[in-house]
Amino acid sequence: MRDVCIAGIGQIAVGEHWDRSLRDMAVDAVVSALNDAQVERPQMLFVGNMLSGQLSLQENLGALVADYAGLRGIEAFKIEAACASAAAALRLAYLAVAGGMCDVAVACGVEKMTESRSDRVTTALATAADAVYEAEQGVSFVALNALLMQRYMHQYGYRREDFGGFAVNAHANAAGNPWAMFQRPITPEQFATARLIAAPISLLDSAGIGDGAAAVVVMPADLAGQPPRKPVRIRASASATDAVALHDRRDPLVLDAAALSAGRAYAEAGVGPQDVDLFELHDAFTIMSALSIEACGLAPRGHGVGLAKEGAIALHAAHPMSTMGGLKARGHPVGATGLYQVVEACLQLRGEAGVNQIKGASLAMTQNIGGSGANVFTHILERCW
Amino acid sequence: MSSSSHWRTRRQRLALVGEQCPHCQAMLFPPRDICPSCHGPAKEPYHYGGVGSVYSFSEVYTAPDAYEHYAPYVVALVQLEEGPLLTAQLTDVEPEDVYVGMPVEMVTRRLRAEGPEGLISYGYKFRPVPERVAAH
Amino acid sequence: MRPALPVGIVGYGGYVPRYRLPASEISRLWPSGGEDGPVSSKAVPGLDEDTVTMSIEAARNALDRAGIDPAQIGAVWVGSESHPYAVKPTSTIVAEAIGAVPHVLAADWQFACKAGTEALQAALGLVGSGMVRYGLAIGMDAAQGKPSDALEYTAAAGGAAILVGPAEEAVARCEGSVSYVTDTPDFWRRPGRTYPEHAGRFTGQPAYFAHSLAAARELLAELGWRPDELAHAVFHQPNVRFPTQAGQQLGLSRQQMALGLLSPEIGNAYAGSSLLGLVAALDGAAPEQRILQVSFGSGAGSDAFGWITTPLLPERQQLASTVRDYIARQRQIDYATYLRYRGQIVME
Repeated sequence: MRDVCIAGIGQIAVGEHWDRSLRDMAVDAVVSALNDAQVERPQMLFVGNMLSGQLSLQENLGALVADYAGLRGIEAFKIEAACASAAAALRLAYLAVAGGMCDVAVACGVEKMTESRSDRVTTALATAADAVYEAEQGVSFVALNALLMQRYMHQYGYRREDFGGFAVNAHANAAGNPWAMFQRPITPEQFATARLIAAPISLLDSAGIGDGAAAVVVMPADLAGQPPRKPVRIRASASATDAVALHDRRDPLVLDAAALSAGRAYAEAGVGPQDVDLFELHDAFTIMSALSIEACGLAPRGHGVGLAKEGAIALHAAHPMSTMGGLKARGHPVGATGLYQVVEACLQLRGEAGVNQIKGASLAMTQNIGGSGANVFTHILERCW
Repeated sequence: MSSSSHWRTRRQRLALVGEQCPHCQAMLFPPRDICPSCHGPAKEPYHYGGVGSVYSFSEVYTAPDAYEHYAPYVVALVQLEEGPLLTAQLTDVEPEDVYVGMPVEMVTRRLRAEGPEGLISYGYKFRPVPERVAAH
Repeated sequence: MRPALPVGIVGYGGYVPRYRLPASEISRLWPSGGEDGPVSSKAVPGLDEDTVTMSIEAARNALDRAGIDPAQIGAVWVGSESHPYAVKPTSTIVAEAIGAVPHVLAADWQFACKAGTEALQAALGLVGSGMVRYGLAIGMDAAQGKPSDALEYTAAAGGAAILVGPAEEAVARCEGSVSYVTDTPDFWRRPGRTYPEHAGRFTGQPAYFAHSLAAARELLAELGWRPDELAHAVFHQPNVRFPTQAGQQLGLSRQQMALGLLSPEIGNAYAGSSLLGLVAALDGAAPEQRILQVSFGSGAGSDAFGWITTPLLPERQQLASTVRDYIARQRQIDYATYLRYRGQIVME
């Protein structure tokens, strides 16, 4: 296995891009990343995406994006792992380069969510769950997370308001991210009184969905290292699965796949949770943040919420999280979100995070969760220039 | 739901038929071919009694396609008394009356209909165990 | 009529949905000059209920009381005028849900409000001939009345399932039955129409009373039963006045009618009406009591049954929810909610 670096990054702002198609956005991110890496032509392109077939009636994204990016002829295909599709694309690029199958691979995540009516989007998102035993029962994806949150509150004695710290932190950080969808802070009071969408989950527990695309160029460390590039080394890339249906889990309040993938990543990188300078976690819902924190060993069971309450996740606190706004406030283009996390971690490690810069950040972790915890990818990234 | 999918799942949906693993006795619902506990083949049908309690719940205001007509409605994780957890709607109940631990029983109800022309999907839901009035 | 072999009711179960529309809500929308409605409230099915789901619940109650293996049921018959499909049997869904498939006769019956007892007559015959050991007859409806029409006050939902089997296992033996049928066009619905039409006051004497009373009198004569020997009498209940007057004309007391008269609280359950009344009577009856049950279906005809309860009844009464349990489990709704529950609000 070769050491692998991210040699270039690209992203477009997350938002309602009425004037841009699925392919436009993907091409923009891919070209930006290639330009950033000063590479003309990769050998492989992996496109992470969840919903293009359902919302845009477009599949075969590998060939489509390769062609429109001027890369006709290269190896390219789409990879899907629900909301973790983009991290899955990165994992493929990592495997291809680390294994010596190619020297330049691009991982791109793209999602076009404004092409359909909202009830269609609700239905499409529910395909991340078990179609027969969850979605057919009328359970939306939000409701699955609400079931987790309700149980968590019951089991550990929390109130809705206790989860507000995650959203408040994310919005505060998004205010400093020009690519974020919601560049404005919110108050705990706004959080407490927000409209419920599936009790106890409110609008402000939930990541806003939007259109977006992000991409990275992956190269072997020995080729990526020449200045003026600022390569970021992939210290660990790990993924693990769990039952798709919540009701089939060993314990619904324990994200086994998140714990497994984080554990594998820690072992691969030879680091522990306390060594990480920042954590881009999968804050699609505040409850997912809490469960992810616990699974990654940053807090004991039932105490994940405590970290947000104590302010420990703020930019300059002990465990900075969602440093550019997270899924919550940067916006959550589902099949692209995992690469936004990685691009943002790279910005921090490259010292390019602007007003949100965490001084001296050298080790970052990203965790991208597909479904309600069924398919989880953890990456550990390190500054190496 | 297509006719074939409707047909394949009829016993689970209408009669709550799952499985009991013949090797490790794990209680399984929904049925699956391989036991998640011992990884042996699991094909022994088991007819669940339909009695359980609410493990968690939520009220859905924004419903997926074909369910909007029923919104808002309560969904829940229900723990069957035989052990398995399953996902289902609660019915005949006011959302404010639901609590974790509430005793519930299975009923068969309409889940959705594919417009005025399509198939009607029936399946399990759960409702609070009705109170019994005194005998005459 | 009497089957060759002695038969009876081995299990029974009713169902009444949870929602009630008070008559005052209808008269609020459609004032008619201050007259009280024909019933005080009616039972309305929830958004996720129909004749299939209600039949399944009633059938499960009947099975809980009978305690038999559902695979031994040889026929599942559902009488209704509100089958959810015009083509596709309700009965196959019910049979699947209770575990009676695949060696079972299954069919839907249609005879206005007599469809349920028509299925019961047939089940008595099939079991009584020895062709099957058990037969399940269900009468169930989720009836619709035209807004502002008199029927809107009463068109209700509910019904019952009767499991017929050998007399030695029965909670009530069948002593005999009568069917009395003529071509009497008092009430009808053409294909594709939402609401039934009726012939106003013609539905009374020549239709309801003529058929109900003839069937009842002939049965009593056949069995040699005097009206005062009846512990309970149950009629079809399109309102409160008709069954009450029919009982009076037969010389029955208020007390004999009390257990089975449900229309004041739940309205007219159509094909489920007299069966639900019978189940309510069984819920409260003692052993060795005589019960007269008389259905009526427009078009028109009546089935009359003579039942005698057995010592097995008391131990089975509490094995499932009673009709009174269901009636007590009620939640009042307003007219707008009623329209929503009945699918009358255009959503697409």
